[in-house]
Amino acid sequence: MGRTLAEKVWDDHVVRRAEGEPDLLYIDLHLLHEVTSPQAFDGLRKSGRGVRRLDLTIATEDHNTPTLDIDKPIADPVSRAQLETLRKNCADFGVRLHPLGDVEQGVVHVVGPQLGLTQPGMTVVCGDSHTSTHGAFGALAFGIGTSQVEHVLATQTLPMARPKTMAITVDGELPAGVTAKDLILAIIARIGTGGGQGYILEYRGSAIEKLSMEARMTICNMSIEAGARAGMIAPDETTFAYLKGRPHAPQGADWDAAVEYWRTLRTDDDAEFDAEVVIDAAELSPFVTWGTNPGQGAPLSASVPDPASYEDPSERLAAEKALEYMGLEAGQPLRSIEVDTVFVGSCTNGRIEDLRAAADVLRGRKVADGVRMLVVPGSARVGLQAVEEGLDVVFKEAGAEWRHAGCSMCLGMNPDQLKPGERAASTSNRNFEGRQGKGGRTHLVSPQVAAATAVLGRLASPADLTDVDTVTPAGV
Amino acid sequence: MEAFTTHTGRAVPLRRSNVDTDQIIPAHWLKKVTRDGFEDGLFEAWRKDPEFVLNRPERQGATVLIAGPDFGTGSSREHAVWALQNYGFKAVISSRFADIFHGNSLKNGLLTVVLDQKTVDALWELTEQDPTAEVTVDLVAREVRAEGVTASFELDENSRWRLLNGLDDISLTLQNEADIAAYEAKRPSFKPRTLQL
Repeated sequence: MGRTLAEKVWDDHVVRRAEGEPDLLYIDLHLLHEVTSPQAFDGLRKSGRGVRRLDLTIATEDHNTPTLDIDKPIADPVSRAQLETLRKNCADFGVRLHPLGDVEQGVVHVVGPQLGLTQPGMTVVCGDSHTSTHGAFGALAFGIGTSQVEHVLATQTLPMARPKTMAITVDGELPAGVTAKDLILAIIARIGTGGGQGYILEYRGSAIEKLSMEARMTICNMSIEAGARAGMIAPDETTFAYLKGRPHAPQGADWDAAVEYWRTLRTDDDAEFDAEVVIDAAELSPFVTWGTNPGQGAPLSASVPDPASYEDPSERLAAEKALEYMGLEAGQPLRSIEVDTVFVGSCTNGRIEDLRAAADVLRGRKVADGVRMLVVPGSARVGLQAVEEGLDVVFKEAGAEWRHAGCSMCLGMNPDQLKPGERAASTSNRNFEGRQGKGGRTHLVSPQVAAATAVLGRLASPADLTDVDTVTPAGV
Repeated sequence: MEAFTTHTGRAVPLRRSNVDTDQIIPAHWLKKVTRDGFEDGLFEAWRKDPEFVLNRPERQGATVLIAGPDFGTGSSREHAVWALQNYGFKAVISSRFADIFHGNSLKNGLLTVVLDQKTVDALWELTEQDPTAEVTVDLVAREVRAEGVTASFELDENSRWRLLNGLDDISLTLQNEADIAAYEAKRPSFKPRTLQL
């Protein structure tokens, strides 16, 4: 019988297989950041161990980094201490580090792909659940805990039980104005936050094949929000074109050998998945969340659901609690929800295409009075590219704040946070209670919806904008 | 890792589904660089409410958490496990755990026990009505016992063996050093390297 993409990549990394034991998997790339690594390095010190493969390890600073005044000492002493700990650990053990201020610094899941370090058929791990992002290249990529970070540092392997496989087939054409973010939010709403638990997801079908690499990364990024540790997309010409010429992409004969291997990384026609979900792309529309988990979402054209409409008692209770926390009423049209803050950025939607999409909506328009809009590039390189294209000017002229790279308001470990009761439209990945700041309320949206929401001050898509919203540039 | 064989203690019934890791330990706690001192951050936002179950006097000293489905969803932060352990929990019972949280727990000796929702409901009712009711989580017999409830649970044999013996994963893996070296010798040259050593 044939094998799925996930099974092929898995099999190619088995170091040791024995009856009654998890497989021992080799790890091709280990990404580190300041939050989940300090206790792992401490563990190495205590046991007198070193890093087995420094040449397969790379670190950057992202979760704690400020997005303003990055040339000044970091104001929060605890954040500063954590970054200094990473710097010391990397210096002591010899790990390559891209610290704040370095041109390659940024959100770890934006940095890996842009350097060309993430390639098809690799195993990629990081102490961060959004490591699933790298699956967009046909890599098997998953988040790990700190004990496993230490394990990979010491051995370059992980004992892992093989998950089951689930196909998410999306056929047809995404309607105009519907993005990868809308698609993944709709998938999560369909299968639930636990639907992918125990599975590696493979996104496939004609609608997936038409997506750019950046859109594919948005999709795979949020596999974890559906409960799956990893999501994958088979590599194709789009993948190869993205990789070619990147700093760590193979060159010359190595490139040819790599592409030959990469072309084999497709699910065989006779392979069987353990589960399958089919989605018709043509039926999708802009999608937003109304609740406090990423599965609590609905089309923007819908209304806030009535908790009484849920048959499952735990879902009903969850919906009741969510509406209470979010300050929403059942039946209220989603388009009527007013926001205080709009956040564009994160490992989900902080890449150059995302910034272009938001800028295209904002060009010639203004952010509504009383709304604060933050635009945070996913990496320093993305920021530079945006400046080169003049996107920063578009954002600033519209009244948005243009910031330096990092995780920023996605999880509010740096000063970019919501205040209690504040409501945000956010291109990030989690709408958990307090995620973006204590008492903050989050609606997950695409970059396009984020930008249109900023203009109207309420949840909206670009289609809701009319010429009235277009402001004549000053002095014309 | 401390070994886990069997544990008996009073319980905290937590009637919530989708308890995510941001609720278990909010992100600002993650700036600490140690594995201890997270107990005050556990369920920090909910504990502001004096009526929250963890704040009730009759729940002080409880060591078994009985939670709703999809416990531990969200981030990979192992701090969530450390916070539960620092607070004093030895075991968590739910009908479904998020994968990463589940793995992190077992690596630290916090036993995550999967029981069907009907049994979880029964344990909720028992421990809500009688806060002094004790719950036994027996890894040797793979069984949860409480008044009127006896339920077996599954855990793969390898994880169980590691927990029962408190074994260190890294030492076990390094016994296979020769296999790792042999694998490394045949890795293709086109695979990327972060450093030229």
